[in-house]
Amino acid sequence: MTSDSLYALPRFCRSGDAALTIEVGDGIDADVNARVVDLDRALTGRALPGIVEIVPTYRTLLVCFDPTVLSRRTVEAEVMSLWPPVKPKGQIHRRWTVPVAYGGDNGMDLDWLAERLDTTTDDIVARHSAAEYRVYMIGFMPGFAYLGGLDPRLHVDRRPEPRLVTPPCSVSVGGQQAAIAPPLAAPSGWHMLGRTPVRSYDPRRTHEAFLFCAGDLIRFRPIGVAEFAALERAADAGEIIAEKEEVEV
Amino acid sequence: MSAHLEIIEPGLATTIQDLGRRGLQRFGISASGVMDPIALATANALVGNATDTAALEITLAGPVLTSVGADIRVALAGADFSISIDGRPVTSHESHDLMAGQRLAIGTARDGARSVLAVSGGFAIAPMLGSLSTHSRSQLGGLNGGPLRKSDRLPLAVPRLPASPHLMVSPAHRRRAQGPVRVLLGPQDDAFGAEGLATFFGSEYAVTALSDRMGCRLEGPRIQHAGAVGIVSDGTVFGSIQIPGNGQPIILLADRQTTGGYPKIATVISADLPRLAQLRPGEHLRFQAIEEDDAVKLARAVRQQIDRIGDALIEVHGGGLTSEHLLASNLISGVISALEWIQADAATCGPPAT
Repeated sequence: MTSDSLYALPRFCRSGDAALTIEVGDGIDADVNARVVDLDRALTGRALPGIVEIVPTYRTLLVCFDPTVLSRRTVEAEVMSLWPPVKPKGQIHRRWTVPVAYGGDNGMDLDWLAERLDTTTDDIVARHSAAEYRVYMIGFMPGFAYLGGLDPRLHVDRRPEPRLVTPPCSVSVGGQQAAIAPPLAAPSGWHMLGRTPVRSYDPRRTHEAFLFCAGDLIRFRPIGVAEFAALERAADAGEIIAEKEEVEV
Repeated sequence: MSAHLEIIEPGLATTIQDLGRRGLQRFGISASGVMDPIALATANALVGNATDTAALEITLAGPVLTSVGADIRVALAGADFSISIDGRPVTSHESHDLMAGQRLAIGTARDGARSVLAVSGGFAIAPMLGSLSTHSRSQLGGLNGGPLRKSDRLPLAVPRLPASPHLMVSPAHRRRAQGPVRVLLGPQDDAFGAEGLATFFGSEYAVTALSDRMGCRLEGPRIQHAGAVGIVSDGTVFGSIQIPGNGQPIILLADRQTTGGYPKIATVISADLPRLAQLRPGEHLRFQAIEEDDAVKLARAVRQQIDRIGDALIEVHGGGLTSEHLLASNLISGVISALEWIQADAATCGPPAT
């Protein structure tokens, strides 16, 4: 399966003398993002001396390097030698089930969204928790997961004025995207549907300080406030409460 | 209570910084780290530390602090700040002994914006995600994930005076960079037409008071986008120049968000990044495009400057300069900078591409 949005050849865009942006396709698209993840794995596997870090995003890889050790031309040649990156057969993906308490104080925009979409809050919760999402990238703030796969019925423009502060661990939607926020308050123009007790980021955890990475799959499970409180206590104690399974794709 | 530095007044925005967090941008972790790595290396070298030891980064108005339970050595490098120990004025870019109970007061920046205060031996503070660097927005690093506060106590790793001689930065090596900020176009210069690029390179921009460690916000002639104002969010680097919808450039700095959705017209070359740390609100700057190969040469020169930082230091005898050094040096008060050494290199790089 290939998408029209995929480029036949990567497009190299200079990002100063110490970084290179590699575009592999156009737009927000699962196939394009899968190619980003494949190239990330292939390039990371090569472990070129001088590469400082690689940042996978929706449709690009940002490769940061030390220009006194490695040249941009060498990075480009390396990518071309890996092109198209091999997709491993029977690739294992991690699928997380993330509990969410929808509405009320946890999801202050749920009622507004129901009204806006001329439906019930139950319908929104059902649609939001029925989909399987793909983590397109982690960015903006520690552990903030940008998700694709949102039911088209729930696509709504962002708020005209972003809120300066939104609650930690918010589960939100904006445009055609969905997201899970880390346990940090942050500004956002997205619509808050609920909150999860899952800490997508916890610097106190020595293993898995970050739960999710690009390419992971996500499902949401609606929970009530009592379960939320119980799970919240477990998460506060440092437990990882998102259920994880490994699936072949 | 073990020996520590106690913060009497925290200053405007004093944070603990080292070279930052590497390799975690893919998880949304800002690299953070010191804004002027040459200042960090210099301040550390002056007190006999490894050049990447975590130190205090001071912005515009500095802290007042005291050493409790230990005599230590301190040095300030970067911007030119007024400093005193127990009310007696001392100079920056020179090591000083701070005896237990003495009060070090760092005033305001006279030129430049940021300086680094190193203490001999560094601090006994546990790193978070591999670094002591403070990133306030994600509450990472430092003492409590934020700027220093009144009464904070920073435990000292080596609470005694080093046996090494006192050092100072040779006056010839203190000079603030001048001239346009040099950039390479991209990664999204194609989001701007000829008119937008002409405005970017042809105009003078002022640093606004909203600038901080996250971004240097500029004000000036509006840069016109050729098409959409947004892109599909992608990764950012220290020096990315975003142009949001209002056409006013923002240069992303150490504490930047890891991904962004505004097109980036150009990227400041790595050799010119330490200069950005020293820009003060109200100052003006211009941008100039250079060739990539020249940018790499300049990056090498800065690397060499940091690796050989000791060459720029001289011993202080009896608390003052030797006449030999005074004769050999141009006494220029100001700021040590990468550009001082590499201006000469730039001259050999040929005319800048425009």
